[in-house]
Amino acid sequence: MISRAPFYTIIALLILVGLGSALTRHLQLGIPWLPGEQKQVWLIEARVDFNASGTAVLASLDLPDNPPGFTLLNEQAASPGYGFSIIENDGQRRGEWSKNTATGAQTLYYKAQFITDPDKPISRVERRPRVKEVFWDEPEATAATYVLELAQSKSSTPESLTRELIRLIQNPEPGQNTALLLSASSRVAALEKLLNQAGIPARIAIGLYLEDARRRQATTPMIEIFVDDRWLVFNPETGEQGLPENLLLWQRGGDSLLDVMGGSRSRVSFSMIEQTLPSLELAQTQFAGQGFAWLGVHTLPIEEQSMFKLLFLLPLGAMVVVFMRIIIGLKTSGTFMPILIALAFLQTSLGLGLISFVSIVAMGLVIRTYLSRLNLLLVSRIATLVILVVFLVSFLSLVGYQLGFSTGMTITFFPMIIIAWTIERMSILWEEEGPREVLTQGGGSLLVAVLAYLLMQLPISGHLTFNFPELNLVILALIMLMGQYTGYKFSELRRFRALLENQK
Amino acid sequence: MKWALPWQLHKAGILGMNCRNVDFIGRYNLRRFYPLVDDKLKTKLLAEEFGVATPQLRFVVRAQHEISHVEDRLLALEGFAIKPSRGSGGKGILVIIGRNGDKFVKASGAEISLEDIKRHLTNTLAGLYSLRGVPDVAIIEDLIEFDNTFKGYSHEGVPDIRIIVFRGYPVMAMLRLATHASDGKANLHQGAVGVGLDIATGQSLKAVQFSTPIELHPDTKKPLKDLSIPDWEAMLLLASRCYEMSNLGYIGTDIVLDRSRGAQLLELNARPGLSIQVANGRGLLPRLRHIEKIRKPHRSAEERVHYVMQTFSQHGL
Repeated sequence: MISRAPFYTIIALLILVGLGSALTRHLQLGIPWLPGEQKQVWLIEARVDFNASGTAVLASLDLPDNPPGFTLLNEQAASPGYGFSIIENDGQRRGEWSKNTATGAQTLYYKAQFITDPDKPISRVERRPRVKEVFWDEPEATAATYVLELAQSKSSTPESLTRELIRLIQNPEPGQNTALLLSASSRVAALEKLLNQAGIPARIAIGLYLEDARRRQATTPMIEIFVDDRWLVFNPETGEQGLPENLLLWQRGGDSLLDVMGGSRSRVSFSMIEQTLPSLELAQTQFAGQGFAWLGVHTLPIEEQSMFKLLFLLPLGAMVVVFMRIIIGLKTSGTFMPILIALAFLQTSLGLGLISFVSIVAMGLVIRTYLSRLNLLLVSRIATLVILVVFLVSFLSLVGYQLGFSTGMTITFFPMIIIAWTIERMSILWEEEGPREVLTQGGGSLLVAVLAYLLMQLPISGHLTFNFPELNLVILALIMLMGQYTGYKFSELRRFRALLENQK
Repeated sequence: MKWALPWQLHKAGILGMNCRNVDFIGRYNLRRFYPLVDDKLKTKLLAEEFGVATPQLRFVVRAQHEISHVEDRLLALEGFAIKPSRGSGGKGILVIIGRNGDKFVKASGAEISLEDIKRHLTNTLAGLYSLRGVPDVAIIEDLIEFDNTFKGYSHEGVPDIRIIVFRGYPVMAMLRLATHASDGKANLHQGAVGVGLDIATGQSLKAVQFSTPIELHPDTKKPLKDLSIPDWEAMLLLASRCYEMSNLGYIGTDIVLDRSRGAQLLELNARPGLSIQVANGRGLLPRLRHIEKIRKPHRSAEERVHYVMQTFSQHGL
């Protein structure tokens, strides 16, 4: 008895590698398991308007940089006559439009698509940012010190200090000191200053509430403080900690949202719409050339891709054949001819494919009976059949076309040589074993072909085999497992029943 | 009962096709020895070497051009059989039992012309009957004159005895009788009668046609019950020797009984069918497993046959 351990190890390994790789790619690249899965995408448009004063123009807009809870899918700027470039400076991403001379009203657009990604991990900052230096004029300086001391007396951590400060500032009846501070600067600005004064790195973030089909959405300032190794977001109105679900932080820190040189009356407005895009498309654009992406076939030219789409379906068909022959025990003419027929059905359609296949083989059989009287050598007889099949197919296509069916194009997908051989085999079978056997084997082949076709045409089969080609390793393992099956075939339950009956 | 249940079959010890392929053919038949049995010409030459009797080889047609002057050589023979060397399942075997003027008389009584025979030879050489359609050669050998024991038991065709030999031990045997329904062929699924034989005595056990038990030959109406193969031991010996000759652990041997020359090996089959179990009314597995367990197999064919005749009997395994 040969040890089966290595065999089962290989099987287990194949299944593990197949499923593992598929799972990794699903998690890493977000390729969906199911076809037609949709994901929510926000298209945000920033529109910059200003009046150019006839000199060189440089407009600089702060751009979102890896905002928490969202992933940037793609971005583009559309502004005729302007040069556009994205500049990263001091941790800030800015889009810069430039033009030699411009006069009159100018409009610049920046569009970006974001995927909502609530599970996105919070990015950690390695180096603690420096605390900004704070300057107050007297008497605000004294007021600030007092407010800070008041808040610090009621708090223990940076978070609680922030909450306490927000509570003080937002108090509808602010104390004398707070009122003094707020008269000199806005609430958020005062808050940022106070926090920095307390030695906590803090900055103002400009957020956008995402609402579908919203035009000219106003920005919402948020306050961020740095604790441990990350930035924490606080709502300066309510003191609530954390990022609201639909808030996109457009700008975090930095000096200004928009700078325009050579223009006046500049302003930026945001509009947005919600889109749903197939997850698959997203995964492809998002992760092109990343990580495990090279394993996918998407990097190939479209033409090759469609070939692979068909090719990767073959293992599935092979599995059907193996199952039907080993487990069920169905007789087919030619081992893998059913797969080829099934592939042809994929190109035509089931009904038309069946009708044309059966009629071609039937006509071929009639002609073959005459050929057998001519006493031709085998090879030349098959070649004659091939040519006759070509004529038959053309004839059927013409008839189909005249009758208004567009079978003409699709029928030619049938593998001619295979059909010729099928006719030859069937004809010999007919002579030697009678029409019954022809029907059994022909019917068996067609049944397997139809089953394979039904399985292969499922959208999910095409989707999984094409996007996760490694799943074919699992199919391989299953086929190998079936190759070790020593139990009875389903057909044998019928074949040997007579034996049991006779014994009684 | 339309379907048997798997465990019922298992209990009856029936060998299924998958089990046969994996556990027996796959394990005991080395691929490199296949050509010896797949090619009848090679089997024949090998059999001569090992002193295993086979029907007398007359000549071989190897090339197309030889067919045009095959006439004289055929006319010199009274009766003959044309076989494709690499044919399978009895395909392409043409048996001529005599002549009627210009015509050749087939075993079925039908008459065919020389042209028909030439076309048959052409087809054979082109590989029409060979296993994978590969070019083949045609063997022309002497006709078997079957023993009087079988008189009236076969419609057309020669009755042959199929013995399954496992590791050199004959394990199960059946007599195959051609019928009108099987068109003179000896394949059970084509309608031939299978008569199960007691491996110890050569006595008939039961007979089936199309898996149904029968008492009489469907064409000749002769009772099948009392059939007994003469010189049974010699037949088992011939089958057993095929093991050394072919080096294959699991084979089907097809043997015919010639009136004057005795038991003759017709061909070997490296993938013998399973219907023999239906004809015998018992499964192969218990006997195969029994043989498998033998630690020290007997060296000589005589010892093996002796062992089998003693161990297996109608009521034993």
